[in-house]
Amino acid sequence: MDVFLQQALNGLTLGSIYGLVALGLTLVYGILHVPNFAHGALYMVGAYVSYFIMVEHGLNYWVAMAGAGVVVAVLSVLCERLVFHPLRHAPPIHDKIAAIGILLFLEAVVQMHWGADFRRMPTPYTEIFHFGSLTLPAQRLLIIVGAFSLMGALHLYLKKTMTGSTIIAMAQNREGAFLVGIDANRVAMMTFAIAGFLAAVGATLFAPINLVYPAMGHLVIMKAFVIIILGGMGSIPGAIVGGLIIGFAEALGGYYLSGTYKDLIAFVLLVAILSIKPTGLFTKGVR
Amino acid sequence: MDRVLNFLASPAMKIVLLAAGILFPLVASSEYQIYVMALAFIWAIAVYGLNIITGYCGQLNLAHGGFFAIGAYAVGLLTVDYGWAFWPAFIAAGVIGAVLGFLVGIVSLRLKEHYFAIFTLCVGFIIYLLIEKWEELTHGTLGVISIAPPEGFGLVDFTETIPFYYLVLFFLVLAIWLISRISRSLVGRTFLAIRISDDLAQSLGINLMRNKVLAFVLSTTYAGLAGALLAGVVRFIGPDLAEITHTFDVITYLLVGGIGTLMGPLVGTLLITWITQAVQSFEEYRMIVFGPLLVVLVIFMPRGIVGTFLTWRGRRLASKAPAKQSASRVENKNSEEAGTHG
Repeated sequence: MDVFLQQALNGLTLGSIYGLVALGLTLVYGILHVPNFAHGALYMVGAYVSYFIMVEHGLNYWVAMAGAGVVVAVLSVLCERLVFHPLRHAPPIHDKIAAIGILLFLEAVVQMHWGADFRRMPTPYTEIFHFGSLTLPAQRLLIIVGAFSLMGALHLYLKKTMTGSTIIAMAQNREGAFLVGIDANRVAMMTFAIAGFLAAVGATLFAPINLVYPAMGHLVIMKAFVIIILGGMGSIPGAIVGGLIIGFAEALGGYYLSGTYKDLIAFVLLVAILSIKPTGLFTKGVR
Repeated sequence: MDRVLNFLASPAMKIVLLAAGILFPLVASSEYQIYVMALAFIWAIAVYGLNIITGYCGQLNLAHGGFFAIGAYAVGLLTVDYGWAFWPAFIAAGVIGAVLGFLVGIVSLRLKEHYFAIFTLCVGFIIYLLIEKWEELTHGTLGVISIAPPEGFGLVDFTETIPFYYLVLFFLVLAIWLISRISRSLVGRTFLAIRISDDLAQSLGINLMRNKVLAFVLSTTYAGLAGALLAGVVRFIGPDLAEITHTFDVITYLLVGGIGTLMGPLVGTLLITWITQAVQSFEEYRMIVFGPLLVVLVIFMPRGIVGTFLTWRGRRLASKAPAKQSASRVENKNSEEAGTHG
């Protein structure tokens, strides 16, 4: 039972990071109707910017997180302006290929500057909390609390503010949003900025218990894709629930089934789900 | 000028290209160049495979590199661990590529557009993870060494570069010929109809699933056979062959040359291979240039070199066509040509 709870706790940690990354992806999908394959690269750049600020310049962890968030948000907006905006009328396959182009570019730039080595990013919070027989390192607690507060903040932003509502309106009905005078460019840039920010903060939270390397975004982004298919593309609660499902499945499956193949679990789950229900679990009719 | 343009698009040009391919070893300055060219031809065969499903049929398949690796591993494991000769293993690689393609296809092709792309991305990753982790079958990260070369049946020795070059050239010509036959046939037209619109194609009575699966199986068979040839020449393969970067490379080749055109895959592969060769130190960081290149291409030149050339020639012919022949007809004919024959 203790082992189960411990693994469930690990699953919660994983799930909240996956959820953050998937949230950005699903927001962008809602606006653009294109899966942004470059999102994993933004996540990776976020981790490197934090590493750069914190380890190479010796600044505070929180400064690094904020810095990474801002830098990646700007980068994400640049991608929208320079790449996805000119392609808005092109067939969807072009957006996907362009996104792959961005991904390859960002990875190559990072690899040129920092090399392909795995780097370790320290955390200022090294305490370990004990609850009965459960152990919870402070960084993991920080991940869970940080991720869920961000999700809550995003929810409030989308529901309670005007700019937030415009994002929802655009995702629900593009033409309708135009009719009531919503500026599509502004909303698109805003969405990309939020997505980039979430990816960078997610990466900074996760980096201390993981490693920083140029290909670190690959697995995370693919799992985020699995999550938004599970949760329905464009659905915000779906991204959070899907993230938790994958997080738990990995932590529990990795322990009870096979540690070697734990990265496979998410994909096998996806293949199984799509084989049975090609529209995804929670989607509403559209595929 | 027009003569040059017409010549470039004529069947005679293909004979010139073939002659150039046959004569290349005579003019190449070193054996290394011939070796590089043979490798480029192998990748070109894989790109032709991707062109069937992505170029003609319009479904972005991100597992292509995975199927290429499966072909290479089929030959590697059958010859090294099971003592098969190269040629039976080569055929087996094609069959394995086709069967796995069929199995993945019947599941994945029920999904549309993004879902298909994401699904195949995951399939590619599953292939990579299985090759890396399933040590009992694949030797894991150690890779497969001393793979059997193709037997020459006492006539030629395919461990030598030049005979192998001609062997690969033979398969490349066969691959292109087959594709040109397919693209002109009813099946090829059907693929095009699907690319233009699923719904329209279906309303014409086209069985979407059957045709998409056919295109997918053809493309994975090409990938499997190309991978098998690679195993025969490199004779050492590792799990990195299944990494997603190879799929991205193949997409870049296809896009630069011209997606959905007949000569595009060859043009793109050769061009990028030789540019990469010209700047050796560039190899590791090639994506700094190729990444933005992909973006610029899809924005400004989505049809690649060959496609843009054909469109340009079409416009030129249309503007010069006699008044009685309606310009739109020529335009139509040419865009059709660009789509199928290239």
